[in-house]
Amino acid sequence: MPDIQQIRADFPILHQQVHDKPLIYLDSTATSQKPRQVIEAMARYYQEDNANVHRGIHSLAERATASYEGARLKVARFIHAPSPKEIIFVRNTTEAINLVANAWGRAHLKPGDEVLITQMEHHSNIVPWQLVTQATGATLRYVPITRQGELDFAALDQLLTERTKIFAFTAMSNVLGTINPVAELIKKAHAVGAITLVDGAQSVPHLTTDVQALDADFLAFSGHKMLGPTGAGVLYGKRELLEAMPPFLGGGEMIREVFMDQSTWNTIPHKFEAGTPAIAEVIGLGAAVDYLTNIGMDWIHAHEQELVSYAWDRLSAIEGLRILGPEPARRGGLLAFTLEGVHPHDIAAVLDMFGVAVRAGHHCAQPVHDFFGIPATARASFYLYNTLEEVDVLTEALEKARAVFGV
Amino acid sequence: MDDFYRENILDHYKYPRHKGHLADPDIKFRDVNPFCGDDITFELKLENDKVVEVAFDGHGCAISMASASMLAEELLGKSLEEVKAMDKAFILDLLGIPIGPVRLKCALLPLKVVKAGVWGLDAWEKENEGHDQ
Repeated sequence: MPDIQQIRADFPILHQQVHDKPLIYLDSTATSQKPRQVIEAMARYYQEDNANVHRGIHSLAERATASYEGARLKVARFIHAPSPKEIIFVRNTTEAINLVANAWGRAHLKPGDEVLITQMEHHSNIVPWQLVTQATGATLRYVPITRQGELDFAALDQLLTERTKIFAFTAMSNVLGTINPVAELIKKAHAVGAITLVDGAQSVPHLTTDVQALDADFLAFSGHKMLGPTGAGVLYGKRELLEAMPPFLGGGEMIREVFMDQSTWNTIPHKFEAGTPAIAEVIGLGAAVDYLTNIGMDWIHAHEQELVSYAWDRLSAIEGLRILGPEPARRGGLLAFTLEGVHPHDIAAVLDMFGVAVRAGHHCAQPVHDFFGIPATARASFYLYNTLEEVDVLTEALEKARAVFGV
Repeated sequence: MDDFYRENILDHYKYPRHKGHLADPDIKFRDVNPFCGDDITFELKLENDKVVEVAFDGHGCAISMASASMLAEELLGKSLEEVKAMDKAFILDLLGIPIGPVRLKCALLPLKVVKAGVWGLDAWEKENEGHDQ
């Protein structure tokens, strides 16, 4: 059984004061903090092994390549992918979705076809589809959400038709916290012949992910939200889909042969990794996966459930505070809320005075906020290093914000 | 914190001056802050290059709303020449609280809307080149 104080001891950044108060970091949905194991893995690479990967003959290049490809294998095991060849390293979730929208979308979409997404998507799973449907003449459709902040399943059944070519949806909303029934959604899409892209930016860091059990066609996620560094993200894709897709970016690394008039492509995953990759970051992501595996995803999820249930109870008791999205049992470890009479930016500013870091704004999910008729929310999000005592401080700070604003 | 949310900031936030719309404005301009969603529209009525009526509408945090309300009070009766001279320092003086880089765009959005409305967005951007605006 992991010990929370031991976990916290692994995160150097947590041991500091902000405005003379101990830092309480409740913004892991935006980006997670990094354990020293990740920081050290990256430093070790630069101090001992730094070289460009692949094709190098010298010892450093060999070690760098082994570490880089070793991280690919770790990630493949972490999400239960059949093969590391199906793991493509990109910068982040956004780039992974853009890769599919462009490489798969431009090759397969035509007028009359439909791309289905949902009203609870992050902008990164909206805008790439707007761009590719505009370019191809395909139509973009949205599954609406209910007042409870969940997908409208009756509408979904109407919207999924043989015209639907791809259904792209989030596994967990970054605003509502809603955990979507991913396996069921994929099954419904496959029943009409559509393929699926799962935005796993919020789910992969917090829940066990098994792409084979889910039968996911594509899964996109970011390393920096799961204890890894910024700049390393992942696209998982089924082998036959990746092999049939044209490249996204052209350049070195992704080719087999280059002639003056044409080129042939490298095999997957390299076909989609043009140019020198983020080597140190990918190695850091590998160390993050080791760390998470060591702690155990089941423990992490249970810990976050405890935190979010407790926070739900404490925050709900504050007068004028309204939480968006479903009850704790059906959500991940985050709460977006409004406080009557205090703008979310002001909530975040007052909380910062108490050392509490929360995010305010539309969290790159404007359609969700439009649906609820509010311009912005404040959001507190939890990860493996947060504690119940921190939720208490959050609650007290929110009461003080009300006092400052006289509400 | 008592410094940051001083009484007059909160007072302007809760009881904004000149909030609403004009019947027949000569100048009307709206802008939003794409990062936080602050949304402000200013309307001006001019006579002989002087601001004779002013109104603003929109939503945002206490800093942006107080800045809009205070600016609206200042604009009334001013000549365009005087409005042109209003700058970042003027707004920060008006607010009278320390504004860090994060909240600077909240504080300056109202002035940006007014100046872009009168002289165009390009002029504002040129004036603020090098600032984080």
